[in-house]
Amino acid sequence: MIKLNDSERIIALAGNPNVGKSTVFNYLTGMKQHTGNWAGKTVVNARGRYCFNNRDYILVDLPGTYSITAHSAEEEVARDFILNGGADATIVVCDATCLERNLNLVMQIMEITPNAIVCANLLDEAEKKSITIDIQALEKELGIPVVGTSARSGKGLTELMKRVEEVCAGTGARLTETAPLLNTSEIRWKNAERIASKVCIGCKTCSGCGKCGTSSVLNKRDRKLDKILTSRLTGIPIMLALLCIVFWITVTGAQYPSDLLFKVLFWVGDRLAALLHWFNVPEWFNELIIMGVYRVLAWVVAVMLPPMAIFFPLFTLLEDFGYLPRVAFNLDHHFKKAKACGKQALTMCMGFGCNAAGVTGCRIIDSPRERLIAIITNNFVICNGRFPTLIAIISMFFVGMAGGVFDTLLSALILTGVIILGVILTFLISRLLSETILKGEPSSFTLELPPYRTPQIGRVIVRSVFDRTLFVLGRAVAVAVPAGLVIWLLANIKAGDISLLNHCSSFIDPFARIFGLDGVILLAFILGFPANEIVFPIIIMSYMSAGSILEIESLTELRALLTNNGWTWVTAVSTMMFCLCHWPCSTACLTIKKETGGVKWVGVSMLVPTVTGLIICFIFTTAVRLSGLI
Amino acid sequence: MLIKNLTNMCVGESAQVALLLNKGSIRTRLEDLGLIPGTRIHCIHKSPYGDPVAYEIRGAVIALRSDDAKGVLLNNND
Repeated sequence: MIKLNDSERIIALAGNPNVGKSTVFNYLTGMKQHTGNWAGKTVVNARGRYCFNNRDYILVDLPGTYSITAHSAEEEVARDFILNGGADATIVVCDATCLERNLNLVMQIMEITPNAIVCANLLDEAEKKSITIDIQALEKELGIPVVGTSARSGKGLTELMKRVEEVCAGTGARLTETAPLLNTSEIRWKNAERIASKVCIGCKTCSGCGKCGTSSVLNKRDRKLDKILTSRLTGIPIMLALLCIVFWITVTGAQYPSDLLFKVLFWVGDRLAALLHWFNVPEWFNELIIMGVYRVLAWVVAVMLPPMAIFFPLFTLLEDFGYLPRVAFNLDHHFKKAKACGKQALTMCMGFGCNAAGVTGCRIIDSPRERLIAIITNNFVICNGRFPTLIAIISMFFVGMAGGVFDTLLSALILTGVIILGVILTFLISRLLSETILKGEPSSFTLELPPYRTPQIGRVIVRSVFDRTLFVLGRAVAVAVPAGLVIWLLANIKAGDISLLNHCSSFIDPFARIFGLDGVILLAFILGFPANEIVFPIIIMSYMSAGSILEIESLTELRALLTNNGWTWVTAVSTMMFCLCHWPCSTACLTIKKETGGVKWVGVSMLVPTVTGLIICFIFTTAVRLSGLI
Repeated sequence: MLIKNLTNMCVGESAQVALLLNKGSIRTRLEDLGLIPGTRIHCIHKSPYGDPVAYEIRGAVIALRSDDAKGVLLNNND
């Protein structure tokens, strides 16, 4: 976003992680940037606009940092923007419940810009902890404007906009001189302690107030929760159980809406076909639109929408609650063994939604070597484009399709198993990379465990449905339409007696069979490169073009279609394994290129999971064949 | 007399930082979190495998791997 005219002001929004920066940003700009309860949520500078007193302001949300002394990429971004990005003013958002800790960044920013405004946020939470901040005293100590806010409810934000206006106009309090990062951190902290002890009343967390000997238990509820969620005995089991429960709710809850959507969408499809027929549209065109484009679209919507609309809100609830950093805390031991960074667990969590997002999220890892490892292995996390394929295969081949409680529980367990396999592969491959092309020792890092927050359930649901679910679905639909068209053409343009699609699939069929797949499945994965969501529709369409079944209205019929085409449980397992381990989709590949700055790492990121998948499928299929199980 | 470092702390204990031996970016990072000589630090809890360990530093809960925690020396007098 660039300035539309000269009267616009650019305002930088800085602050420590987890102080409600994104909440302030969203409230002011009315934008719906996703907020999450963990450090590193904002890895790219989000930009938004707001208007105050007939003047437009561009607000730039910088990544949350403890400092701008630039020892990581995100801190460099923050510092460079404040120094050289032409920011007219910088708002430093602070957490009123532990002001002292935030003052370090305030002082660093005051050293590089005279136009800073402090926003003491989370006053509501401070009040709950009986902490009061003497805003006037703080303003006097710092010499710059200070505004107390509770961004969640919007309290104090009008005042904030007013003070920003004053600073931009040069009428507000501003510093007369800056001393570019000359102070040592010791001087800054001593200063912070002195100021905090003067302005914080009732605070037990600052060291300046001298009460800290008594504050070993900062927040009793949090420590109790941590004891349960991260202890030796219960930490890992609870993590797995939570994962399984999320999947169980997703699978169970998605079943009925999915069936209904299938029925409705296919009924509409039939009516559309009849309508086109009535208009005397040429038969081939009718087939192209209905059998090609519409059916693929209907499949993608019916199969993807319900699970996503359930999974995303559940996952967002865990995220808002502050659970994800605990996952990283629990798993760090394994990452250390793999000579990788513990924050990789966070990037993997992002990969659940979309691997491209996971790859971008790898910016939170400082060490370039460990960042590359995290990027290359992110594809071992099943993204939501691949979930529906897995769920469909699981319910068709391994669980009764009656859909009882036990069936869905078993589905969830199998799905959890696949995820765990992906996590184990991540550890192994990370280790392998650390020993070979990305040799090195694990680097130092700090992981913040933020306070637990009660998620705002209503907002979480609305947000995750509108921002994530519909966004991802929209992208899938955008890919499905042209892909459906191309695939229908491939399936219906004949060379000799056989369609182009069949020519291709029978060409690679012998190769695919070595890995327990068949030519159609492998071709579907190849053609599914634009988006994983369309892999299964391609498989169906390829089989249907052979003319066995024309109407697919339920999973039972789909299963019949697959078994008629030679699917066994071995095919099902191999397909699931290959779904877990194959090249990233086109969006993820483009993101990898952007993030690593080269085609080389895209190649590695495509090869590593693909080779892994082929090896697993080969070993599995060969073992089953040798043991005579099929 | 044995010089204690962060990894010698038991869960529930608190101590005062004496000196940072860490070098490079982790040193700056720890200083940015407020870990300087004189800062009080509390050992809060250990992860399932005993490493990393979470410490409370100026109101924030920060997990450190033992390799990094080793470099933070503590005052012996408490």
